[in-house]
Amino acid sequence: MSSPGRATRRERIDRGIKVRSDEIFVLASARDLAWVLLPRALAVAALLLFPLLGARVGPYWQTVMINTMVIALLALSWDLLASVGLISLGQSLFFGLGGYVAGALDSFAGLGPLWSIPLATLLGAALATLVLYPLLRLRGVYFGLITFALPLLFMRLIETTGALGGTEGVSGLTPLPNRTVEIYLVTAAALLTAFAFRRLIATDYGLVFHAVRDNERSVMAAGFDVQRVKAQAVFLAALPAAFAGAFVTHRYQFVGMTAFAMEYSTLPLTAAVVGGPGSFLGPVVGSFILVPLSEAMREFGSLRVVLYSLMLLVFTVGLPEGIFRFVARKYGQFERRVAIEEAPDGR
Amino acid sequence: MGGLLASTLVYGLVNSVVLLLTSLGFSLTFGLSGVANFAHGGLYLLSGFLCWLLMHRVGLPFPLAAAATVLLVGLLGAAIYRTVLMSVRGIVLSEVISTFAVGVAIVEFFRWKGFTTYDFTLPALVDGSVDILGVTVDWQRLLIVALGLALTGLLWLFTHRTMVGLALRGMSQDEYTALSVGIESDWAATLSLGLGSALAAVAGIALLPLGIISINIGYDVLLIALAVTVLGGLESTTGLILGSLIVGFAMVITGNYVGPRWSEVVYLAAIVIVLAVKPSGLLGKSKELEDRV
Repeated sequence: MSSPGRATRRERIDRGIKVRSDEIFVLASARDLAWVLLPRALAVAALLLFPLLGARVGPYWQTVMINTMVIALLALSWDLLASVGLISLGQSLFFGLGGYVAGALDSFAGLGPLWSIPLATLLGAALATLVLYPLLRLRGVYFGLITFALPLLFMRLIETTGALGGTEGVSGLTPLPNRTVEIYLVTAAALLTAFAFRRLIATDYGLVFHAVRDNERSVMAAGFDVQRVKAQAVFLAALPAAFAGAFVTHRYQFVGMTAFAMEYSTLPLTAAVVGGPGSFLGPVVGSFILVPLSEAMREFGSLRVVLYSLMLLVFTVGLPEGIFRFVARKYGQFERRVAIEEAPDGR
Repeated sequence: MGGLLASTLVYGLVNSVVLLLTSLGFSLTFGLSGVANFAHGGLYLLSGFLCWLLMHRVGLPFPLAAAATVLLVGLLGAAIYRTVLMSVRGIVLSEVISTFAVGVAIVEFFRWKGFTTYDFTLPALVDGSVDILGVTVDWQRLLIVALGLALTGLLWLFTHRTMVGLALRGMSQDEYTALSVGIESDWAATLSLGLGSALAAVAGIALLPLGIISINIGYDVLLIALAVTVLGGLESTTGLILGSLIVGFAMVITGNYVGPRWSEVVYLAAIVIVLAVKPSGLLGKSKELEDRV
């Protein structure tokens, strides 16, 4: 820094393949294609192969994997809601509704997981949409507020009225066949959701979602029914979350008030924020960071909740784009140091 | 007087003022700087434990500990603005998430530290009780009523009659005009966060002697503050009072006539119903309606 002309700065240049794949569609070389496809293919392959390891990884890591996927499903659901401008502080609403519908279908109608999980996914999502429909006019803080209050309201209602098992919950439900099926089921659901949502948001239909988030009035002016678009977004977003609820219900053979617990709201929110909202892969990455960490710290009790609130804080303030976008950006760039040119008059 | 009716009347009023006091800080911060301070419940809980710690670990007498707590929590609120909120100002989502994170961190920190036993109580300012309309009310509750009403009055005077208060309101009404007459935005927001937090501490110290300090109060207080503020409409002192009266009486009436556990459903239902039916709140103005809907 002392002698002029030595001072350098960091220069970042987008890799050729990034420029071409983001902006121009061309047939690229095998090397370029590998650069783009390998990270995705490796991640998907790892996810699909993991259950085959079976007992070799031990029940602990299998549980961690399942929990990660459940949180990833909830975080994906959060991200789709965020893409239409609805910020949810209560993902456990969808989770709980899905869980209770599955519990009721299995316990009272005796349907078994093969029917109750798909049905609970649809019915739970429909129910959630119905509950939120009159509240969709709300924006920003107010929607967050209402989603924060709703799961607590359901919890208190169940506690007070004693409906659906009250504080005892509904137990003795039909279990899923075995651990491998459980992992495959939830992993497939998470992968499917992530890819479906990424496709969806890239279509013209998804474009309307972003438009509603950015400027509701211009969407109205374009002749769209904003309320309808939002309701559809809520239904779509509620699907994976309700599935997660139904899945966990059958896995534990139990559904109770804990399905509406705040942990199912804060963890997905943190996962989405840490991973990076808006990309649908960020929330999955976030879950892979948070859930194992959270499981490892289970013995510390609620210290882990403190830790992930602090992570939430640090990422919201310090790295709002999230880890996924940050890494993806670095992956698409060269970095090199270049000399800073002095201005001719020495200023 | 019928015992139940009289008790409903008296305790409805007491409960309303309790809610008023609880939500005063939240409402003030929201009204003056537009920041929904989701850490309100956490700060409320923190002030209870801080006061307890100052009394039993440091050995301060109660009045000194209480004063120190109000001051420290107020400073903490201002510090939260300077360190966290300032960099995300204007991004509503980030404001909510970061204050929410601060609140959860505070509450869960105390849970982790094991502040969950029945040892944690604050002393009442005054002991004893008195009969009103044949209903026994302890002095602490009457003191709370007086304190709540006095604080509301003082805050109204502060925001409507003093230069600082007018500057803060100016900032909340039209930021650009306020800037052009020399009011600094960050100064105003720091002050309003600090004041709101100090009020949370006052509420905590006055209200927590009514029972034991339990962890989940941190979340309940936030919800109550939300319910009352949402019901009454923003930035309107009358709305806040009306909101507390409605929620307060509704809680006591359902508690007395339907069942004690139903009273907790009431304020949650109040939030949902009001936001669904009349999002601007009972006394909200059209400008605020635009922000909400």
